[in-house]
Amino acid sequence: MKSLIKKLVETPGPSGFEYQIRDVIREAIGNTADEIRVDALGSLIAKRGTRSESGMRVMISAHIDEIGLMVTHIDDNGFARFTNIGGINPLTCYGGRVLFMDGTRGVIGMDGIERGKTPKLTDLFIDVGATSKEDCPLKVSDVCGFERPFLDLGKRLVAKSMDDRIAAAIAIEVLRKLESTPHEVHFVFSTQEEVGLRGATTAAFGVDPDVGFAVDVTLSGDTPRRSTKMMTALGDGPAIKVRDSSFIADPRLVDWMVKTAQGAGIPYQLEVLEAGGTDGRAIQMTRSGVPAGCVSIACRYIHSPSEMVDFDDVDNAVKLLVKILSEPIKLD
Amino acid sequence: MIDLTALLKEILSVSGLSGFEGPVREIIHKTWEPLTDALSTSKIGSLHGFKKGRGDDPRRRVLISAHMDAIGMMVTEIDDGLMRVTQVGGIDHRILPGQPVTVHGREEMPGVVVQPPAHLLPKSLGDGPVPMKYLFVDVGLRPSEVSKKVRVGDIVAYAQAPLELTGEALAGHTLDNRVSVAATTLCLEALQNRLHDWDLWAVASVQEEETLGGALTSPFDIRPDLAIIIDVCFAKGLGANDWRNLPFGEGVGLGYGPNIHPALYDAFEKKAKALEIPYHRDLMPKMSGTDAMGVQIVAEGIPCMVLGIPLRYMHTPVETVSLRDIRRAGRLMAEYVADLTPDALEQIHWEE
Amino acid sequence: MSKNREVSTNHVPEIDTQPIQLLEKLCNASAVSGDEHEVRQIVLEEVSPLGDEVKVDALGNVLVKRLGQRKNRVRVMLAAHMDEIGLMIVKKHDNSLFEFDLVGGIDERQLPGKSVLVGRDHLPGVIGAKPIHMTTTKERKNKIPVSSMRIDLGPEIGDRVKPGDRATFATRFEILGPSICAKALDNRFGVAILIELLRHPPDTIDLLLAFTVQEEVGLRGARVAAYTFDPDMAVAVDSTPAYDLPHWDEEDENVQYNTRLDGGPAIYTMDRATIADRRLVYWLAETAQDEGIPWQLRQPGGGGTDAGAIHKVRSGIPSISVSVPSRYAHTAAGIARLDDWANTQRLLQAALARLTPDLLSGEQRG
Repeated sequence: MKSLIKKLVETPGPSGFEYQIRDVIREAIGNTADEIRVDALGSLIAKRGTRSESGMRVMISAHIDEIGLMVTHIDDNGFARFTNIGGINPLTCYGGRVLFMDGTRGVIGMDGIERGKTPKLTDLFIDVGATSKEDCPLKVSDVCGFERPFLDLGKRLVAKSMDDRIAAAIAIEVLRKLESTPHEVHFVFSTQEEVGLRGATTAAFGVDPDVGFAVDVTLSGDTPRRSTKMMTALGDGPAIKVRDSSFIADPRLVDWMVKTAQGAGIPYQLEVLEAGGTDGRAIQMTRSGVPAGCVSIACRYIHSPSEMVDFDDVDNAVKLLVKILSEPIKLD
Repeated sequence: MIDLTALLKEILSVSGLSGFEGPVREIIHKTWEPLTDALSTSKIGSLHGFKKGRGDDPRRRVLISAHMDAIGMMVTEIDDGLMRVTQVGGIDHRILPGQPVTVHGREEMPGVVVQPPAHLLPKSLGDGPVPMKYLFVDVGLRPSEVSKKVRVGDIVAYAQAPLELTGEALAGHTLDNRVSVAATTLCLEALQNRLHDWDLWAVASVQEEETLGGALTSPFDIRPDLAIIIDVCFAKGLGANDWRNLPFGEGVGLGYGPNIHPALYDAFEKKAKALEIPYHRDLMPKMSGTDAMGVQIVAEGIPCMVLGIPLRYMHTPVETVSLRDIRRAGRLMAEYVADLTPDALEQIHWEE
Repeated sequence: MSKNREVSTNHVPEIDTQPIQLLEKLCNASAVSGDEHEVRQIVLEEVSPLGDEVKVDALGNVLVKRLGQRKNRVRVMLAAHMDEIGLMIVKKHDNSLFEFDLVGGIDERQLPGKSVLVGRDHLPGVIGAKPIHMTTTKERKNKIPVSSMRIDLGPEIGDRVKPGDRATFATRFEILGPSICAKALDNRFGVAILIELLRHPPDTIDLLLAFTVQEEVGLRGARVAAYTFDPDMAVAVDSTPAYDLPHWDEEDENVQYNTRLDGGPAIYTMDRATIADRRLVYWLAETAQDEGIPWQLRQPGGGGTDAGAIHKVRSGIPSISVSVPSRYAHTAAGIARLDDWANTQRLLQAALARLTPDLLSGEQRG
């Protein structure tokens, strides 16, 4: 599974420009799905299973986009100014390396900032090694993601886009491990989550599920200063979301997931996230409403080029989802 | 005749925070059962009450929507038997220290919100207000008991009992928006003895305080031709005396602004005048801050009216309302619905 | 250095007097979000004889269908919002002065000392300001808050104005050489362009025109209009700011101009509400290139158009925006070039004429 994760996290795919990562995922899914389609906003939807008497139409959503940058201006000396795609923290930009969709590489520079002051995005620029406007290969509207190799620290894994490729890896692994299911499961590899849950919004309308789960990363409260007062920690198991700032998980589903984890002896933790949203909201608000939940992977340093997760959590998330999808889901 | 005070006390006696409306839904279900022809629950928990009209098929449909969810708190962390909390809905942290609450863990536990002494807090706070993340909830149990009975994600509700004040005023928590549920109930009661041509869908919606979830979803299947959204509005009172505030106990608010169809506003104004029900134009230059923001833009769009019951001290545990305004709102809605003729929708058009 | 650059255009498109008169009428009408009556009237007058189907929906959008003739027609939604930013009267004070609130994104520094028109009768009023003699240096360092501003319609206004009435800037439409100066060019340009498209409809497509409401308060009309039309693709036609002004520090290059006057229609790639479908970006850019129409990319970044609501409707609708660049949007007086308007019209006309279902076949590949 680690080689799959490496491949997924090293492929660029900022929101709206998921075509390369979509191809990687399509290949990884191979023939483990019964049917694959791509919707108008570019989400890849892999269907598996038929609905039995006790089954439901289930949507599993893992977003495949990542945060990135878009060029807004090439100045006379060949430096490119840019705007953000999704939530970019200027603090983690300076000195970063970027990879454009066409393979062009560059670094992020900054000047004119006093020591100790936080830069704004407009203080930063991309330098692709051009000597003038004329020999700069970039043009306005070109898109890049951060570039950082996958780092395998054994139990802990680090990469630029664990958010949310780790969920894509989990979803693919679930597809591979799922032997039989009473449900019609739609694995949605959704686009444009980082700019407002857009892919999941339209995919959920198309799938029209009876119940839905997002798979995403969440903040962890286990770093030295613990500025985030939350109990989620790396290695404590997949986190079952109770709420985040975008939605309140259906309490019946929360209970169901807890019971399933307990019954199967899978470690889990409960999550209350005070900032951030997930595809769960988009699913819940679809049509006349859909019971929705979310399985989260605790992640340190989210939206930095070095996001860290625990491999056991990933493994246990796969087990939990396989278990949930292998049996009828009861909501009461 | 429904005893309004008793009804309110009953629907205020249980919790029903946004996303966790189960307990209050049960009580409303019980209350509406004799007043409606059918009751159902939406996939995310809104209660749909259906009252059939007497007109010929296909009948027009009018929706009355009152959100039933409440603001409150949720446990984020358990530390040495004390709980840290975050808000559900919008709470001013300055009203929290010393508040009685109920923690809904594996069992219900009474507790209080605790403001730790200054020497245990960051120096920068001084003697200023203490933000929510520094407050605790204490249920008096030993840490080992707490860890058995409470987990992250459990909800914490206000626990002050309602108080009857002078002049038919009632104070309590969660009057936002249970007073509108009560007004809708009065409307359903009044319609027991009135024939109405249109089908009526009375909805107690979920998650207004957090996501407008009920408002964005329930109308999708119901597809009403018109919708009346009833919610509380700001009454004049302590620190609230500008154009956004209506007099207390002196009539209902009729919403006016982009969320409201102007022809519906006119119809309600006309109806209120004819019935001599006092009202005030409640200006909403941009968004109404109510479920109408959601209902209006469902599917192909739904003409909305917003009714307001003036309320003091909104989102505190001592919200205060006049029972007279609740009765007025209930009566106005009932009369409006009863008088909807089969072709009434033709009057709800844009002036052209 | 690119600042103050004169952009010359090869084509000097001509605009008939009819569209100019229509734009004048549209700009001078009042249509604050939620009260689009006046513009809706004008739109209905214009489109009723031309559309196959014309209706006003629950929110007040005007929806017009004009079906093409060929087989395999793409169903294209074009959206232009009718509403504009403005004011709502909220309270009459004892001295016959009226308090107001803002509707849509207005910089309150734009308000003091302006003339306004209030209500359906366009009653003239002014937003006054304290005489400078009575202000202190310290006071002048702070913005005048909206809550302390008042509209004065004279001492005998009586009951002719009441809370709830809307007000707009009193600016009247004017031609200044190659330019137009008016209020509400955002987005009467779009409205005028859609009407003109309906006058010369391409036969190859189904034209689904949405004249939308409440864009300035959250893209609300477009959402339900798109749900109703359920189109194959959509183009929002709007007006976007040109910040092509000199930087105060002459050493600094203006790198955030958004668009430039005389640069032609501004094609969007990304704003805060939409990432444009790249297939549609190329479609518009290639059309402009082939037809010799000047065009520019709007700088990616902030802002949002009706496309932001449309593309998320139902199972997703490939969408893009194209705008007429205009300086000083959301103020009493915007300035835009007649040429940019004409070229936007030409671009859309040409692009729609060459549109085939092939454009949307296959996946979007960036």
